[in-house]
Amino acid sequence: MSKDNSILEELTSKEYEHGWSVNFEADEAPIGLNEDIIRWISAKKEEPEWLLEWRLKAFRTWLTMTEPDWANVTYPKIDLQALRYYSAPKQVKKAKNLDEVDPELLAIYERLGISLNEQKRLQGIAVDAVLDSVSVATTFRGTLSKLGIIFCSFSEAVKEHPELVKKYLGSVVPMTDNYYAALNSAVFSDGSFCYIPKGVRCPMELSTYFRINAANTGQFERTLIVADEESYVSYLEGCTAPSRDENQLHAAVVEIYAAAHAEVKYSTVQNWFPGDKDGKGGIYNFVTKRGICAGDHSKISWTQVETGSAVTWKYPSCILKGDHSIGEFYSVAVTNNFQQADTGTKMIHIGKNTKSRIVSKGISAGKSQNSYRGQVQVMKRADNARNFSQCDSLLMGDRCGAHTFPYIDINNPSAKVEHEATTSKIGEDQIFYCNQRGIATEDAVALIVNGYAKEVLNQLPMEFAVEAQKLLALTLEGSVG
Amino acid sequence: MSTLTKQDAFSSLIDAAPSTFAAARSAAKEAYASQGLPAVKAEEYKFTNISKKLEQSLIDFAVAQPVSITAEQVKAALYEGFEGDVLVFSNGQYLPELSSKIEGIEVSLLSAKTDLPLGSIANPAKDPFAALNQASFQDGVFISVPKKTQVEKPILLLSFDQANAGQVIQPRVWIEAGDFAEVTFIDQTVSLGDAVYFVNEVVEVKGGINSQIRYYRLQNEGKSALEVSTIETDIQKDARFTSVNISLSGDMVRNNLNLNLRGSNSEGNMYGIYLLNGKSHVDNHTNVDHTIPHAESNELYKGILADQSRGVFNGKIFVRQDAQKTNAFQQNNNILLSEDATVNTKPQLEIWADDVKCSHGCTVGQLDEEALFYLQARGIDKTQAKGLLLHAFAGEVLEKIETESFRDYCDALIQARLGSKF
Repeated sequence: MSKDNSILEELTSKEYEHGWSVNFEADEAPIGLNEDIIRWISAKKEEPEWLLEWRLKAFRTWLTMTEPDWANVTYPKIDLQALRYYSAPKQVKKAKNLDEVDPELLAIYERLGISLNEQKRLQGIAVDAVLDSVSVATTFRGTLSKLGIIFCSFSEAVKEHPELVKKYLGSVVPMTDNYYAALNSAVFSDGSFCYIPKGVRCPMELSTYFRINAANTGQFERTLIVADEESYVSYLEGCTAPSRDENQLHAAVVEIYAAAHAEVKYSTVQNWFPGDKDGKGGIYNFVTKRGICAGDHSKISWTQVETGSAVTWKYPSCILKGDHSIGEFYSVAVTNNFQQADTGTKMIHIGKNTKSRIVSKGISAGKSQNSYRGQVQVMKRADNARNFSQCDSLLMGDRCGAHTFPYIDINNPSAKVEHEATTSKIGEDQIFYCNQRGIATEDAVALIVNGYAKEVLNQLPMEFAVEAQKLLALTLEGSVG
Repeated sequence: MSTLTKQDAFSSLIDAAPSTFAAARSAAKEAYASQGLPAVKAEEYKFTNISKKLEQSLIDFAVAQPVSITAEQVKAALYEGFEGDVLVFSNGQYLPELSSKIEGIEVSLLSAKTDLPLGSIANPAKDPFAALNQASFQDGVFISVPKKTQVEKPILLLSFDQANAGQVIQPRVWIEAGDFAEVTFIDQTVSLGDAVYFVNEVVEVKGGINSQIRYYRLQNEGKSALEVSTIETDIQKDARFTSVNISLSGDMVRNNLNLNLRGSNSEGNMYGIYLLNGKSHVDNHTNVDHTIPHAESNELYKGILADQSRGVFNGKIFVRQDAQKTNAFQQNNNILLSEDATVNTKPQLEIWADDVKCSHGCTVGQLDEEALFYLQARGIDKTQAKGLLLHAFAGEVLEKIETESFRDYCDALIQARLGSKF
């Protein structure tokens, strides 16, 4: 047992490697939240009137809403008036190409291991880098635009493609969807916009890298992905934040629209600052992610690796509206120290012959709480709907918790729905087996955890899979349950 | 709010409660007042809007008084092949004169046992209906099986319900089994009328070390019955408690079954079938609380839903931090037979200990097409083949009933239903 403890101690003493911050001049909104702030943000971003109205409408609705309290997480009430809703590095204009980007900003991303340098073609990923409230650079825009793909920051999209933004904004996550989505609708700063035209298969991975740098600032980005008929795109999202003693709020909205025969693959490696080993600081990650398979034979696949954030509240969902549409959700959620994660998915089957698959792997260590909360709903007209859900939990240490809250609501007799869940620790027999073959206990644990998460990690694009595996190793190597 | 008026209506029932168990009643009254009837979106009653149902169907909040039952009625109500002792109840009240005198077992009115810690097992603070019962029940029954007593034949708790529309029946049962005792109960209700009344039952079971208690329950009441039942038990070291619950009808039925595993090597088993048609709505909420290391729980609930019926299942396995080496298994399978049938299932795990083996599985589906084809290929017509397969589906739970005569009786009821309806 003492060995277990020492390994656990070692594990809990691991520092967050992206905890640094950089000081540079920033353009900031005053602290606080009211209609004036929203007008200020909107004016700052030179937005059209309709968008300001949209924001204000969201804000007024938000005022009437109350914070959700059903999630299996506890945290002190957030004083939303004490936050800054806009913070941008002082760079006068968005750079046309990378040479114009402030080298200091580029250095931040270099340090994070995200190269914005287009010379590094090997990676073959187009990146939109978002720092605090604004997008600082988007790479490979030229290559993409030849194919008619629009990949740019949300602010640019509002200016350059207002018709598309107007059509799809809020179509999947209505502004009044929930407390945090409404807040985001009112104050969202930037994010990525992506449009794949009809029949185009996006040749490279599109990626957004979010970084919170400023203190006392909430990040409220908004991502909108529209895949027109018969198109395909794979989209990646990564995020980090500095280590600060205060908690910071991140309330993003991601909307995905998939038309007939379109396929969207969305992968996230979420590594926001989780707080220190005493549970101090860290990001509150309250995110609304939803995709709609609007057309027949469309497909949306969510893959997430959740390792960061002090509190996570996140349910990437699929509305399977088109006939024969497919929704997938693959998740690995790792919590350690005092982290709390309440995450899962919703699969709403509306169309006929729709299919969904949920694979959720939770790993909890330290004093953390890890919950899976999911819903599979089969509507009355969703004939022959098929769902398979599997949610496994792995416990490491006797102070952590793993919880499962699956809701299964079936209104159609032809539905086939299966759900299974297991909770266990790493088997002593498995460790013994490895030991017997000369594999040290620590390596054995790493091996077993990796195998446990493999089903999900396999879904990640290669570049991300490497990062995710490293992250997993960093958090859990050598921990014996 | 409309629910408030209903709450007030129950309050008058509470105010008119008998004077026995004053302390327990007053604690429950407070618990009821602080909880109120479940609101529309209350998580625990999310799919079972019993408050609205009560609002719509109850007019008179009077207590349903016992009606006279004859020995012939009792005899006629016994299922074929029954062998054992019978305790008779009318509208929740124990009728000693019609009940068997069971050798070596103490049975008395609850009011004769004023020092019982009512509510110490079924905590009124946890559920508003348990609180309502504890605050306002009339009288109940106390059953005690002394230690090392093995009751070989089952004890039938036979209730006759005959209430006017809108009346309330609140049975209250306290069962004690001493160390090493073994006993089987069969809980069966006969509805003598088809009025809409409300049954709110609480059964508290206290088992001793190494005791074995089996509690079989058949819910085959009137189509218009509204019922909430709470069965809760503390299971001691090396003891075993097995519950089999068979629900065949009821307008809206909610069963709360709570097992608290309090001693090592204890075992809690929960099995159930809900076979529904018409507009029946049955909600099974089970909760196993593993508080100590080395205990085991098993659960299997199966649902067959036809017409516009609705089945709700919520199984919660709660493993506390100290409950290492826990094994907990839970399974819920459902078959929907019609367009308008609905199932809402939520198999829930809350695990706070790490050295455990817990799993749950849940399915909603149809009959196996290949099995159906196999039978049809051998000349069995489709309806019959379906009946056969459904019967086999339910059989897995029926098997858990150890009293052969009761098992056969339930089996016959289920077969008759499957033959006629599906």
